[in-house]
Amino acid sequence: MVKQKIEARDGAKCVAEAMRQIDPDVVAAYPITPQTAVVQTFSNYVADGLVGTEFVAVESEHAAMSACVGAASAGGRVMTATAANGLALMWEILYIAASMHLPIVMTCVNRALSAPLNIHCDHSDSMGARDAGWIQLFAENPQEAYDNTIQAIRIAEHLDLRMPVMSMQDGFITGHGVERVALLPDEEVQRFVGSYQTTYSLLDIDNPLTMGAWDFYDYYFEHKRQQTAAFSRAFPIIEAVGKEYGELTGRSYGIFDTLGMEDAELAIVVLASTAGTARSVVRQAREEGLKVGLIKPRVFRPFPHTQFVELLGNCRAVAVMDRSISFGAMDGAGPLYLELAAALFAHGCSDVKMVDYIYGLGGRDILPGHIEQVIQDLQSIARTGDRGELVRYLGLRE
Amino acid sequence: MSEGLLNWKEVCPGGTVTEPGSSVAYHTGTWRSMRPVHDMEQCTHCMICWVYCPDMAIIVEDGRWKEIDYDHCKGCGICAEVCPVKIKQPHTVTGEMGKVIQMVSEI
Repeated sequence: MVKQKIEARDGAKCVAEAMRQIDPDVVAAYPITPQTAVVQTFSNYVADGLVGTEFVAVESEHAAMSACVGAASAGGRVMTATAANGLALMWEILYIAASMHLPIVMTCVNRALSAPLNIHCDHSDSMGARDAGWIQLFAENPQEAYDNTIQAIRIAEHLDLRMPVMSMQDGFITGHGVERVALLPDEEVQRFVGSYQTTYSLLDIDNPLTMGAWDFYDYYFEHKRQQTAAFSRAFPIIEAVGKEYGELTGRSYGIFDTLGMEDAELAIVVLASTAGTARSVVRQAREEGLKVGLIKPRVFRPFPHTQFVELLGNCRAVAVMDRSISFGAMDGAGPLYLELAAALFAHGCSDVKMVDYIYGLGGRDILPGHIEQVIQDLQSIARTGDRGELVRYLGLRE
Repeated sequence: MSEGLLNWKEVCPGGTVTEPGSSVAYHTGTWRSMRPVHDMEQCTHCMICWVYCPDMAIIVEDGRWKEIDYDHCKGCGICAEVCPVKIKQPHTVTGEMGKVIQMVSEI
C-alpha cells in the first residue's frame, strides 16, 4: 500500500484531480451543472500547463462526444464529463463510441432531465443511456468517484474489452459535497493506468484504416452480436482491476458493496450516495436483531444478474430503490427494479417478494426515516406474504 | 447471404476496415433493379456517360467506350438519361428506338 494524501474535496474536484493525474491525450467537453466543476477545474490545469492534454472547448455535448470519438479513433486516450441534458444531447454519439469499441472514459455527475428544469440529482440521465453500450459504474461518495475514474481507464482500455466507461456520482450530494478523501501520488496513478495501448489508429499511416464505415444487413448483425459478447467478459476484468487497485490503496472494489447479506431475510438494493444513508439505518436495524441486508451495486452495466440472484435468491422480501422512472414500464417502475425482476424470474427465483421505491427525483431529500419506513414495509411483506403495491414513492407529498 | 462471409467471432471489432480501397470488393451491383444496356454499333464514344456516372462504372479503354462494370453499377440510370445520341436503327439489345444507353428491368 502506498502513502496517500488526505484532503477535503468535493466529488467533482476529485474527478478533476484524477483526470489531472491520468493526463489523457484529449478531453473534449462542454460545461453543464453539476458537472461544470469537473471541466472547469480540469481546464485550469490545462491552462496552467499541469497536463499535456489537448482540451477541446466544443459548442455542445453532441460535439463533445463527436470530438471524443474522433480523438479515440485517432488513437488517443480520451476523457470527458457531462450530466443530464448534456448526456441526452450526446445520445446519438454514445452509441457510435460504444459500437466502435472506443475506450472513452466519461464522468456523469447525475442530474435530473428536464422538464421542468431541475439541476439536482436523480439518475434519469445515465439510466436513459443504459442501453447505449457503455459500462456504467456508480460511486457512493467523492472517494469512490476518484477511485472509479482511475479504474475506469484500465477497464475501458483492457485489450479484451475496449469499451467506453461511464463513471457516475450524485450531482450536488457528492459532486459538490466536500468529504475526506485519500489521493494517490501522481506517479502511482500514472503507473496504475500505464501508457495507452493502441489497437487501431487512424494516425497510423503505415496501416491505413476505415472506421465507422458502411455496414449493411450482411454484417451489422454480426458486429452487434460481437458487441454484446464483449459485455460478458467485463466482470472478471472489473474485479481484477478493483483488486489490484485495492492492493495499491487499501480500497478494493468489486461488483457490489454489501452489508449483512450473509444472513439477510430482508434486503434493500440502492445505488450511489443513498447507499450511505441506507447503510447506517440497516446497521442500526441489524444491531436491534433484524435480519436485513443492503446491496449497493457498483456496476449497473453490464447488469450483474447471476451475482444478484446469489445474493437475493433466499430473501423473503426485497426493496429496490430507484432514483428514476422508466416511464410507461410496469406500473412506472424504475430501471433497477425492472432489471432485477427480470433476473430473478429468469433464474427461477420468482417467489421473492420485491417492491420498488421511487425516491429522490430532482434532488428530493432522502432521509434515514424513509429507509426505516422501507424496512418496516419489508417486515410487513415478509410477515403477511402479501407484496402489496409494486411501486411506491418515498418523500412524495401524497 | 451468408456464403463466404465472416461470422460474428471473426469480424473486425466495430466494423473497422483494415485494408484500404476495399470498397472495390463490395459489389454494389447487387442493389440494382434496373440495368443499363448499351449499343456499341451506334455509340459515338462521346463519353458523356463516363463523365456523369457517379460510380465509375463506365469502363473506357484507349479513348473508346468498352463496357459497364456491372459489379458496381447501381442502376441509377444517369448514363441513359444523359446519353445524347438518338439512334437511327433499333437498339441491338432492346430492339427499341431512343438512345444508345437504355434501361431494362433486372428481372
